Amino acid sequence: MSITLAKRRVIPGFGLTMGFTLLYMGLVFLIPVGAFLLYTTTMSWETFWSAITQRQVVASYKLSFGGSLIAATINLVFGALVAWVLVRYRFPGRRVVDALVDLPFALPTAVAGIALVTLYASTGWVGQYLEIFGIRVAYTQLGVVVALTYIGLPFVVRTVQPVLEDLEAEWEEASASLGAGRLTTLRRVIFPALLPALLTGYALAFARALGEYGSVVFISGNLPFRTEITPLLIVSKAEQYDYHGAAAIGTVMLLAAFSMLLVINGLQWWAGRRHA
Amino acid sequence: MNAFHPSTQWPLSKLVAVALLGGAVFTTTLGLPAIAHAESEHVELLNVSYDPTREFYREYNELFADHWQQARGQTVSVRQSHGGSGSQGRAVVDGIDADVVTLALAYDIDALHDRAELIPADWQSRLPYNSSPYTSTIVLLVRDGNPKNIQGWEDLARDDVDVITPNPKTSGGARWNFLALWGYGLEQFDGDEQQTFDFVQQVFENVPVLDSGARGATNTFVQRRLGDVLLAWENEAILSVEQLGKGDFEIVVPEQSILAEPPVAVVDANVDRKGTREAAEAYLEYLYSEEAQQLAAKHYYRPRSEDVLAEHIDAFPSLELFTIDDVFGGWQSAQARFFNDGGVFDEILEAINAQ
Repeated sequence: MSITLAKRRVIPGFGLTMGFTLLYMGLVFLIPVGAFLLYTTTMSWETFWSAITQRQVVASYKLSFGGSLIAATINLVFGALVAWVLVRYRFPGRRVVDALVDLPFALPTAVAGIALVTLYASTGWVGQYLEIFGIRVAYTQLGVVVALTYIGLPFVVRTVQPVLEDLEAEWEEASASLGAGRLTTLRRVIFPALLPALLTGYALAFARALGEYGSVVFISGNLPFRTEITPLLIVSKAEQYDYHGAAAIGTVMLLAAFSMLLVINGLQWWAGRRHA
Repeated sequence: MNAFHPSTQWPLSKLVAVALLGGAVFTTTLGLPAIAHAESEHVELLNVSYDPTREFYREYNELFADHWQQARGQTVSVRQSHGGSGSQGRAVVDGIDADVVTLALAYDIDALHDRAELIPADWQSRLPYNSSPYTSTIVLLVRDGNPKNIQGWEDLARDDVDVITPNPKTSGGARWNFLALWGYGLEQFDGDEQQTFDFVQQVFENVPVLDSGARGATNTFVQRRLGDVLLAWENEAILSVEQLGKGDFEIVVPEQSILAEPPVAVVDANVDRKGTREAAEAYLEYLYSEEAQQLAAKHYYRPRSEDVLAEHIDAFPSLELFTIDDVFGGWQSAQARFFNDGGVFDEILEAINAQ
């Protein structure tokens, strides 16, 4: 099969690049994940099941998946808004704002976590005013969502931005000249064009939030059953030499995240086809 | 990467640890490059320790270097690694080239024998005083003026008191805290386990944050100003009062507490491979010398030497101290009963959640 493929290629180097790709993927991704899944298979079904259904673990799934979904949804709305402002308007400092969007990528997550908790603790700059209204952010589930929203911000902006740049203002003008109101234009012209990019950004932000550890542990308070995220539980199992428990929970996270990403990718494919 | 030797022992668990902890493990090991083999004129040691010993060992390393230079004419440089006691122990099991370990509790050093055969089972009898050259205890740190009027363990169960302590699952210090609390309960309720359980549960209902290590908990209390009382190592508590916020905190010494014995050990498998045994053993033995005991006292660890302790008696108020061996039958049984999955601590969390 590789021969027939190679014959039809105009550009040489398929064998080499494909070989390199497989080796590279194998070293950095497939071998670690494979070893980890293999390790899970050394456990009996009962051990596996009891490890992943402990009540403390189940409570952490709810927080991790729920918090990630909420954070990704917030990022979907406000990320799209930020992208819109950056693409469609010219204002002083636009480039600075544009650069700031990438900051959550670059800043070590521990720094982000400590900065957020300093701001939102009840003695912090923001926290002391929220406290007046009875809103507590640091050391609550709300704090987890705030941290996850922060680290997920760039994804939606950066996926929507190029699509929006390609979406000429003429489309809107054409739509308006054909008698569509602003809402109709948004609903029938702009939104369908952006939907695949929005979904990609959503999926990335969600996946990133699910795996986030560094920033959350500082702001969450890590209370079992209440503010303990699943990645923290995995680390704490591994620290107690409970590699079985850690691997079992890791497998659940892996499978759940994979199937959710698959569904989102399916949606994206469907949206892309419908639009085309 | 040099700290890993995939071909020898525990390959699968290492792979899994890498897969699970990925970056975390890599950063830890990359930060500690392999130590050169001992030369006749120069030797390098790696001391893997726990959180609050940073300042003490930084000074002790210089003291020992001078001593070793005079005694052997050999220069010695000691690298330090600090973190939660449990994770530090696990890092050594997973392959960090530690020559000596100086951890928060014997259970974490036991793991070096139980999980990787790096040291013999009787390691704790190789040096005097259970291999613990200094001791500490658990005290209560409160805000200046003691606004909540906290006088002892019993006040921690009050509804209006917020208690800061790290997670016993991950922090050695937190396990001492928990056992000090439990030991007080047993004494108070004449050995009634159920009443003790209820008391400890009430205290943990007052805990708003569970940091993973002792330093994290100190920061939460000192920097974030969260909570009314911090359960802390005596040395951490004095350090907070003396250095982090003079006049902001007070120490409340309870009438009784637990005798915390942070032990030390030479990692036999590593020193034999690297040829550093002589220096490593001397490094630990010298901890019992007059000079080192003075230094320990200076960093608020209770010295073993009676004479040195007598000199610093103002810094270390006397209180009734019980040992883990007497009350709990040693670390192995305490760990199994209280802190392993499904143990008493998990039962307490479940009970709090069920409310």
